[in-house]
Amino acid sequence: MSAQVLLETRGLDIRFGGVVAADQVDVEIHEGRNLAIIGPNGAGKTTFLNICTGYTKPNAGSVHFCGREITRRSPRQITRLGVARAFQMPQLFAEHSALENLLIAASARDRRWAPFTRLGDVPERDEMMHLLELVDCAHVAERAVNELPEGQRKLIDIAIALALKPKLLLMDEPTSGVASSEKFGVMDILTRALAEAKVTSVFVEHDMGIVEKYADEVAVWASGAVQLRGTPAEILEHPDVIRDVIGEEV
Amino acid sequence: MSLRLAVPLILLALVALLPTIAPWSQVVLTIALAKGLAVLGIVVLLHAGQVSFGHALFFAVSAYIAAFLGKAFAGGELITMILLGTLASLAVGLLVGLFVVRYRHIFFGMLNLAVSMIFFSILEKFYHVTGGSDGMQVARPSVLGVPMERAGFETLLFYGALVLCIAVAWGVHRYLESPIGHMLKTIKTNETRLEYLGVSARRTLLVGYLVSAGLCGLGGVLMAVTQGIVTPEYAWWIRSGELVFIAILGGSGSVAGAFVGALVYEVVRTYAAAFAADIWQMVLGFFLLGIILYASSGLVGLYGKLMDRLEGKHKTPAGGAKQSMEPAQ
Ligand SMILES: Nc1ncnc2c1ncn2[C@@H]1O[C@H](COP(=O)(O)OP(=O)(O)OP(=O)(O)O)[C@@H](O)[C@H]1O
Ligand SMILES: [Mg+2]
Repeated sequence: MSAQVLLETRGLDIRFGGVVAADQVDVEIHEGRNLAIIGPNGAGKTTFLNICTGYTKPNAGSVHFCGREITRRSPRQITRLGVARAFQMPQLFAEHSALENLLIAASARDRRWAPFTRLGDVPERDEMMHLLELVDCAHVAERAVNELPEGQRKLIDIAIALALKPKLLLMDEPTSGVASSEKFGVMDILTRALAEAKVTSVFVEHDMGIVEKYADEVAVWASGAVQLRGTPAEILEHPDVIRDVIGEEV
Repeated sequence: MSLRLAVPLILLALVALLPTIAPWSQVVLTIALAKGLAVLGIVVLLHAGQVSFGHALFFAVSAYIAAFLGKAFAGGELITMILLGTLASLAVGLLVGLFVVRYRHIFFGMLNLAVSMIFFSILEKFYHVTGGSDGMQVARPSVLGVPMERAGFETLLFYGALVLCIAVAWGVHRYLESPIGHMLKTIKTNETRLEYLGVSARRTLLVGYLVSAGLCGLGGVLMAVTQGIVTPEYAWWIRSGELVFIAILGGSGSVAGAFVGALVYEVVRTYAAAFAADIWQMVLGFFLLGIILYASSGLVGLYGKLMDRLEGKHKTPAGGAKQSMEPAQ
């Protein structure tokens, strides 16, 4: 595990009223190693992503990305440094088509404001069409995203994040809302897209089959803290995990 | 040529020719065009899902600049008035914009209203400078250094305004279709995602706000030189409300609708006020009610639907709604 540390948190702490959502969270994310985050509902998984991307400000602790402190920076600044995010609930531009969603993302990435160029004519168009193909959504490119089924909305949400060409991609439950028979298909599509983009990913996941197949490492969250960390094989066989996490999921 | 394209062109030609047949219409139409420019400013902000109830402020700023220039330079020059007036509105727009783009919806609307009310009372109270509620005369300016007769000036204003409006409408249309224009629209649908693309929603809205302030400024100068007088009423909140009213009447979000709405409104207002002075506001009220309830995409949307029916097209509701956001092609 000599890979370079992309993102590192130290002593993250946050409480919402009496709820401990982050309690001394120390996490290292290594370049090229896909990390799965598992844990019961309310464990603080989304909160962790919120802190890493600047959406939630921690009471204590620090976040470093590529050696640079990013604690308490805004989502916008952190995004520009190369951390992209996909959401538990897809965050799309509801009145735009799938392709337009990506074109807006690509224009944002390249700072292409181009006040007199049509959005559909920007040079990033081919690249975005290719990305839509990668996530298997090319056939719905012109459709308004609010008409699409949840599975495709999730894929487009992730494609928007990929359009930014991030170094690190944080995905919150990429397969939730996807029919269980389609989950592996979706993950295959994503794995291919992630490999082509050469991006390291962190994904929150409830399905242990997915974790086993697609993660290089697993971190187990409970009550706002990282309880265990290891390879999928180690973690999924750990008695505590079987009792507390897997037991609950089945 | 398709009917859909032909009708707007014929209407445009009619507007352009009407003053030669009916000279009385010229000033009314020029005023409608001036207001149409300001309404277009409202339309730009509607794309971001924001409604300003104070944009008469920018209309008034440039109008008073024109009046001051006329007073200071014994008549002044039209082009200078337009440039400096619009520039002043942009400057005030930047100042106010930096503050109001931090807010959304009702707060955005009310803060704009508040600022415009402050300006309104400044215009009223500092009467030694602004002429108070009597306002200021706007001397007829020269045009490119050439002194003008009244009739010639009015004709020139009308056709100048018409050309200006066409050019500006094209420009605004392109802006709204561009990447930064689409980013403006995402402020309405998903600001969080926009920030997660690394784009400042506030700055994006500020650009839209400046465009809208500049458009109101342009309209204000035209109005001032057309009417020959400016009063604090220019900045009155009722005027701001009128701009929003016209934007919805024409077709909220529609570039063409801003001008169609302004022309219809101004003609109805002028003649209804003459023939039905007691009830014309009631008539307008019912009209607005009808538009909101039955034709939320405004006059331009109605036209689009009519053309769809004539061409035997049936759109899906979503496609139809999207269409209504765009100007008549
Ligand atoms: N902004 C907030 N205000 C108040 N409480 C919050 C806030 N964000 C999260 N919480 C609480 O913190 C706890 C952790 O929430 P979080 O969303 O991080 O859980 P999670 O692990 O992502 O759960 P799930 O698997 O259901 O998505 C929950 O009890 C939640 O109610
Ligand atoms: Mg969650």
